[in-house]
Amino acid sequence: MDLFEHEARDLFERYGVPVPRGFVADTPESAREAAAKLGGTVVVKAQVKTGGRGKAGGIKLASTPDEALVAASTILGMDIKGHTVHKVLVTEASEIAEEYYLSFLLDRANRTFIGMASATGGMEIEEMADSITRMPASSFDAAAVFSPEIAYEVNAVASALWKVFVSEDATLVEVNPLARTKDGRIVALDGKVTLDDNASFRHSRSSDSAQGDPLEVRAAEKGLNYVKLDGTVGVIGNGAGLVMSTLDVVALAGAAPANFLDIGGGASAQVMADGLDVILSDPSVRSVFVNVFGGITACDAVADGIVQALGLLGDRADKPLVVRLDGNNAEAGHRILDEARHPLITVAHTMDDAAGRAAVLAGAGKES
Amino acid sequence: MAIFLDEHSRVIVQGMTGSEGAKHTRRMLAAGTQVVGGVNARKAGTSVDFDDVTLPVFGTVSEAMEATGANVSVLFVPPAFTGDAVIEAIDAGIGLAVVITEGVPVHDTARFWAHAAGSPTRIIGPNCPGIISPGKANAGIIPADITKPGSIGLVSKSGTLTYQLMHELKDFGFTTCVGIGGDPIVGTTHIDAIAAFEADPETELIVMIGEIGGDAEERAAEFVRDNVSKPVVGYVAGFTAPEGKTMGHAGAIVSGSSGTAEAKKQAMEAVGIKVGKTPSETAALARSILTT
Repeated sequence: MDLFEHEARDLFERYGVPVPRGFVADTPESAREAAAKLGGTVVVKAQVKTGGRGKAGGIKLASTPDEALVAASTILGMDIKGHTVHKVLVTEASEIAEEYYLSFLLDRANRTFIGMASATGGMEIEEMADSITRMPASSFDAAAVFSPEIAYEVNAVASALWKVFVSEDATLVEVNPLARTKDGRIVALDGKVTLDDNASFRHSRSSDSAQGDPLEVRAAEKGLNYVKLDGTVGVIGNGAGLVMSTLDVVALAGAAPANFLDIGGGASAQVMADGLDVILSDPSVRSVFVNVFGGITACDAVADGIVQALGLLGDRADKPLVVRLDGNNAEAGHRILDEARHPLITVAHTMDDAAGRAAVLAGAGKES
Repeated sequence: MAIFLDEHSRVIVQGMTGSEGAKHTRRMLAAGTQVVGGVNARKAGTSVDFDDVTLPVFGTVSEAMEATGANVSVLFVPPAFTGDAVIEAIDAGIGLAVVITEGVPVHDTARFWAHAAGSPTRIIGPNCPGIISPGKANAGIIPADITKPGSIGLVSKSGTLTYQLMHELKDFGFTTCVGIGGDPIVGTTHIDAIAAFEADPETELIVMIGEIGGDAEERAAEFVRDNVSKPVVGYVAGFTAPEGKTMGHAGAIVSGSSGTAEAKKQAMEAVGIKVGKTPSETAALARSILTT
């Protein structure tokens, strides 16, 4: 789970990472009040989980509370790379002498954690890849990058940031830029935090994540592993790898997948019905490809589940389904689907054939 | 021959008394695996009946190893307790720990991985379907009856794609199939399995299945270029995955421009690995190499 900047800022503050004073605002008027409380020049920053806010006009300076109100009314509601701005963060402005970079993150290749630091900062990480020094988190020392007096202060920030990383089960904590102000303070001016969803059981986390796609929110409420995509062929399958592969096969057939949905190993009638319900509620879906490999769950049970799911959904099931079953008891599964003679169901015997049919039914794809 | 697991493996199950643990213990036994006991501190001294065997439950991994000669442990332990359970198995000196549990915090995985350094323990997983050497032993949840013993070695991040290829290539059969799991940190990697298949005289062809996220496939490709003489066929899932979204597996995410399926495919093809566009095409590539 990625946090918004203001959520990252709050976490930093709690663990002693120095941050500018600031308040979150969701209306222009509350942005004005925040600026009045802070006094002096403030920065009004769009809260979106994507980079490039500055270039998109999502960050503005305001020297009076009234200017902050105007800035917030421009930024709130703005669309930045497909993300709508619902909140702004209003912070005191800092006079920057130098900008640095500091982070801790998961190093997948070495199966451990690393620290990264750079004496330049404030750019997209890709742009400064060459200037970044990587070290094992356990032996992180800013002296490898900075002059001794600055290294001393950066190390203090790094040790607080490492506490955030460990205590909050993060996979990334990043300060970019870490600024030295003209009056000699070190401040985290912008931050990015990614938390490990697998560790949620040992934290009480409340994020603004409910601002996601409505279908994703609804699927999550039903415990489904669903990601909304842009196409017209709904996809439902068992196993993350198989579902990703199914999306690719749909694309190869000339159509675009409308979603990722992994219903896991069980594939019971209720889970199938919940999954189909979410997919059929997506107005851009024109056909659905159900792709199941029967391993432990046999295909006849899955076929029963599909037929029952369509019964449970009744009139809400109104788009054609192409079903491909393979593996244990696949033939018995096909027989159940044939005997059900459901007008919406087409049975296909291979993934490639099923994807082709689903693409044609969605009005895309190539006849083959 | 087989890699990591064979007919001599003696298997215990940490979490055998739970519903998933019991269900899969029964399946492992049915596949001919020598399952010799279970571990649950709160049920030590009891036993569990499976169709025609009764298995003892021990309080600790070390007691189980001492009493049964076990050298493999399969873990069906809830995510909150998995880290400690793996560390217990490492401390007992188990040879192979197969961690099936999905949802283990990555800080816990990093901790038990670091703990295993210098120990005799090989870890497979977490968040994996386990390992099967068809006709010999099955440690995990891979369905045993969709394939046969044979000459192909398979290593994969994905469970169901493993099953799909095991099934499609049933007529050739497999020496061993290793599901390494879809988490950002896993114990056994593509490289570990490929190195073992290269050294295994019965494995004639290696199939490697990858998916988006990280650079394990790119590193495996380099390893294949420098160290592998046997033919390798590959498949990568996730070409249509959008940037920044986790696709089911915790580790399956494209971050910025890194971890894409295209980059993995190109790295694999650059070293002569034949990469299929679909699972079926991948099976067909393997088939054509084995029949010529």
